[in-house]
Amino acid sequence: MARIIVVTSGKGGVGKTTTSAAVAMGLAKKGHKTAVIDFDVGLRNLDLIMGCERRVVYDFVNVISGEALLNQALIRDKHCDLLYVLPASQTRDKDALTQEGVGKVLEDLSKDFKYIVCDSPAGIEKGAHLAMYFADDAFVVTNPEVSSVRDSDRMLGILSSKSRRAEQNLESIKEYLVLTRYSPDRVKLGDMLSVDDVQDILSLHLLGVIPESKSVLSASNAGVPVILDEKSDAGQAYEDIVARYLGENRPHRFIEEKKGIFGKLFGGK
Amino acid sequence: MMGLLDYFKTNKSSSASIAKERLQILVAHERSVRGQPSYLPQLQKELLEVIRKYIDVDQDAITVNFEQDEDRETLELNIVVPDNPTKHT
Repeated sequence: MARIIVVTSGKGGVGKTTTSAAVAMGLAKKGHKTAVIDFDVGLRNLDLIMGCERRVVYDFVNVISGEALLNQALIRDKHCDLLYVLPASQTRDKDALTQEGVGKVLEDLSKDFKYIVCDSPAGIEKGAHLAMYFADDAFVVTNPEVSSVRDSDRMLGILSSKSRRAEQNLESIKEYLVLTRYSPDRVKLGDMLSVDDVQDILSLHLLGVIPESKSVLSASNAGVPVILDEKSDAGQAYEDIVARYLGENRPHRFIEEKKGIFGKLFGGK
Repeated sequence: MMGLLDYFKTNKSSSASIAKERLQILVAHERSVRGQPSYLPQLQKELLEVIRKYIDVDQDAITVNFEQDEDRETLELNIVVPDNPTKHT
């Protein structure tokens, strides 16, 4: 049986796809066969972030509607043999996804995969709903910013009332916080909500903090999940997150300002 | 230089602490509304209309609270009646 992870946030642009790509790659690199699914039908982008956009032949909607087999639609990642991407359809609208169809695809994937990462679209409409419906674990991606925190809280409400686990009175979805675009120096100046502030409001299990980092844009430019940029702070932060999710006990990093003499003098900028 | 800046900036009125305060109030409110039945605002409005037929009360004199426990749901209605409640007829 696979473990199904939804990467969700409510708000757009906070780093869901970046996180989905990095986490899926991280899990696969740790030796777990992993599939990552783009639920953003009509606005697919996971393929670009994963660097497989030119290899898309069939998509998620084709599989649901029986136009292609799951094996035909799954794209094997070029960096890691244990990672597969199921792209969203670019031409169909979001009503092409059905609960029954998504359930069937996840069930089929579960036979062969250890982890299934569902990259949710923004908003709380059908695509987002179906992305979280079958989840066992939720990675709530949040920016230290008011509208993102509010939307995350809204998503938590939906996870605890509208998911399969909620509807069938099963053990509830495990909810984790991934705080992205974090700037310790701005937090220190009082210009940005701190990890503790966000935790006071959302009270989730903190998986990790991803610092604001140039490497995230470089990685998406190149179509390589940022976790493969092992020298970058964001890449290391995602590596920590995957390790913690898998049960390793790692101290949190990237919450404090960088400590160099240069950083002390000029605030690390 | 940073130390001096910190001294001035890290105080009660920093924008982050304002953000936190606003969020705490908002999120608490939105959570309290979350589990409620969708008819609640309409119920409150109609109750207010009925009461106003007989008593001169303010718009905010009535509060409707919905609470959910393990095995029961409670609908609590609170009406603040003014000192001289007779309706001008």
